[in-house]
Amino acid sequence: MNSVVCISQVPDTESRIRIAADGRRIDEAGLKFIVSPYDEVALEEAIRQKEKSAGDVTVISFGPERVQQALRECLARGATKAIHVKGESSDADSLGIAKVLAAAIKTTPHDLVFFGKQGVGSDNSLVGPMVAELLGYPQVNVVTHLEVGDGRLTAHREIEAAEETIEAPLPAVITAQKGLNEPRYASLKGIMAAKKIAIDTKSVTDLGLSDGDVFNQRVTIASLELPAEKTGGRKFDGADPAAAAQEIIKYIRDEAKAL
Amino acid sequence: MPGVLVFCEVQDGKLKKTSREALTIGNKLAQAAGGDLVAFATDSSVAAEAGRYGAKKLYVAKLDSYSTEIFTAAMQQVVNDVKPSVVLLGGTSNGRDLAPRLAARLDVGVASDVDRLEWTDGKVRARRPVYSGKAFATVDIVGTPAIATTRPNAFPAVEVGGAAAEVVEVNVTAESKAKLIDTKVPEAGELSIAEADIIVSGGRGLKEGQNFSYIRDLAHAIGGAVGASRATVDAGWIDHQHQVGQTGRVVSPNLYIAAGVSGAIQHLAGMSSSKHIIAINKDPEAPIFRVADLGIVGDLFTILPALTEEVKKAKAH
Ligand SMILES: Cc1cc2nc3c(=O)[nH]c(=O)nc-3n(C[C@H](O)[C@H](O)[C@H](O)COP(=O)(O)OP(=O)(O)OC[C@H]3O[C@@H](n4cnc5c(N)ncnc54)[C@H](O)[C@@H]3O)c2cc1C
Ligand SMILES: Nc1ncnc2c1ncn2[C@@H]1O[C@H](COP(=O)(O)O)[C@@H](O)[C@H]1O
Repeated sequence: MNSVVCISQVPDTESRIRIAADGRRIDEAGLKFIVSPYDEVALEEAIRQKEKSAGDVTVISFGPERVQQALRECLARGATKAIHVKGESSDADSLGIAKVLAAAIKTTPHDLVFFGKQGVGSDNSLVGPMVAELLGYPQVNVVTHLEVGDGRLTAHREIEAAEETIEAPLPAVITAQKGLNEPRYASLKGIMAAKKIAIDTKSVTDLGLSDGDVFNQRVTIASLELPAEKTGGRKFDGADPAAAAQEIIKYIRDEAKAL
Repeated sequence: MPGVLVFCEVQDGKLKKTSREALTIGNKLAQAAGGDLVAFATDSSVAAEAGRYGAKKLYVAKLDSYSTEIFTAAMQQVVNDVKPSVVLLGGTSNGRDLAPRLAARLDVGVASDVDRLEWTDGKVRARRPVYSGKAFATVDIVGTPAIATTRPNAFPAVEVGGAAAEVVEVNVTAESKAKLIDTKVPEAGELSIAEADIIVSGGRGLKEGQNFSYIRDLAHAIGGAVGASRATVDAGWIDHQHQVGQTGRVVSPNLYIAAGVSGAIQHLAGMSSSKHIIAINKDPEAPIFRVADLGIVGDLFTILPALTEEVKKAKAH
């Protein structure tokens, strides 16, 4: 059982977002970057599969130099190989990124391809299913439970207030939801072992793609803006519960018009 | 004439709310672009309803349950036939599963979870929250068709009163590698926070898991869904399905009531675009008050029961 996990590196969820001078990107200065939280779940699941039935866990990230840090972190947690496709991924749209990842995935043996259900930050939830389509694989999106055996998988897919059980042959694409597992931290031993693994570095051209394939955007960002700062509304002293309840009811009826 | 195609989902013989919302904004785009609004569904019984939302035609593929691969093939067929300028899907689980797969098949652009859409200079311009609502990106979707999924509750659903849509049958022969085996509804009768108009959320201020009854009682009385902070989910008090925030669901209901939630940045990111926000917290400095339209400084254990009673009274009238 070989797995691939696609890793996006994103600003720490604690970050305050600032807009860069061009008005179309975020200002990366001073931002701390982390492995996207759902990708951590995806990685953990791949490592568990490997622990059950041997094989490799290859992590792949497409992005600038800084994503090597994210790949190192994944190796320290238990990934066995890493591929860094160099390039300014923020200049590509989701389909451009998916084309790069699909090409990189083809260079390494795999039965399962894992993604996060969403890159925290871009909040697109697009790349996983796009790669599934480009590779012609079945997909199970937003997975909360996974079993693999006999060249097949059974997965639970979270939908609105319900859960589906889906079966599919391998190779297949899975996008991980929280709750699928509890990701582990890197151990000291893991961190040391990871240092010995060389990250395989490729360019987009090495993968047989042209810049046009990847960077001709079908979706372009015209501008990026911060929401109007909320100043906070009215405050009410709730020492008297009955009065507080009255105040809330009035608001719900007259302003939210929800009663 | 090229126009707008909307992927519709049917529940209990009616169009889902997100589908009606997508039809409404789709109709506006179609008028601006100078084309017709057409819809896709798996059930011809919604032809009259789709017509009331402005759809001229309803393409019907008689398919049972949702399947990514088969629905992608069906939508591809309709797109090839209709050649729309725009394809919209309500941002439900299925809409968001299908949109990227369809976009990759057609080799076109897609924007997800958009809360504004307009047709300008022969292309679609959309706005979408990024960084869980800490910023908004305005994007242009170039190429044809432009695909977008609409954020639930972001667009109103308004009937325009047209005649029943003309039903066009679609025969799909595609097969699926993935197979649906079972569907389980774990908490029968509970509303999903994804599409709810009203959400009542609880945080660690509830002290223990069984006290979620305070939240549930109010949610049931007012007809809302139950939300939760991550701290309560991590403590095992409630299922992750209920988690609001950056690593839960990003929601924008009409009314969001938070009790015993401090308002950590990751929680605010998931709910601050709600239209009306009420917070109940005993700490006057709690960050949740920064986004609340009405902030009640007090004890949730006395205020929530009083409020639930008042809501029941108001509903009884
Ligand atoms: C990567 C990452 C992702 C995260 N994602 C999310 C996410 O998606 N969603 C999320 O919610 N959090 C998320 N968090 C966690 C977040 O940082 C906070 O820890 C969490 O939101 C706190 O939950 P809480 O408000 O319930 O608890 P606390 O912060 O402990 O707040 C409890 C509040 O209850 C109040 N209180 C106590 N007793 C009473 C009473 N009797 N009456 C009224 N008020 C009372 C207190 O004053 C306090 O403000 C994430 C964190 C990280 C690091
Ligand atoms: N540049 C990238 N490199 C590797 N994986 C990525 C990249 N961008 C997105 N992904 C993967 O695709 C998932 C969904 O991302 P998104 O479509 O941006 O929400 C992420 O959770 C990652 O698993």
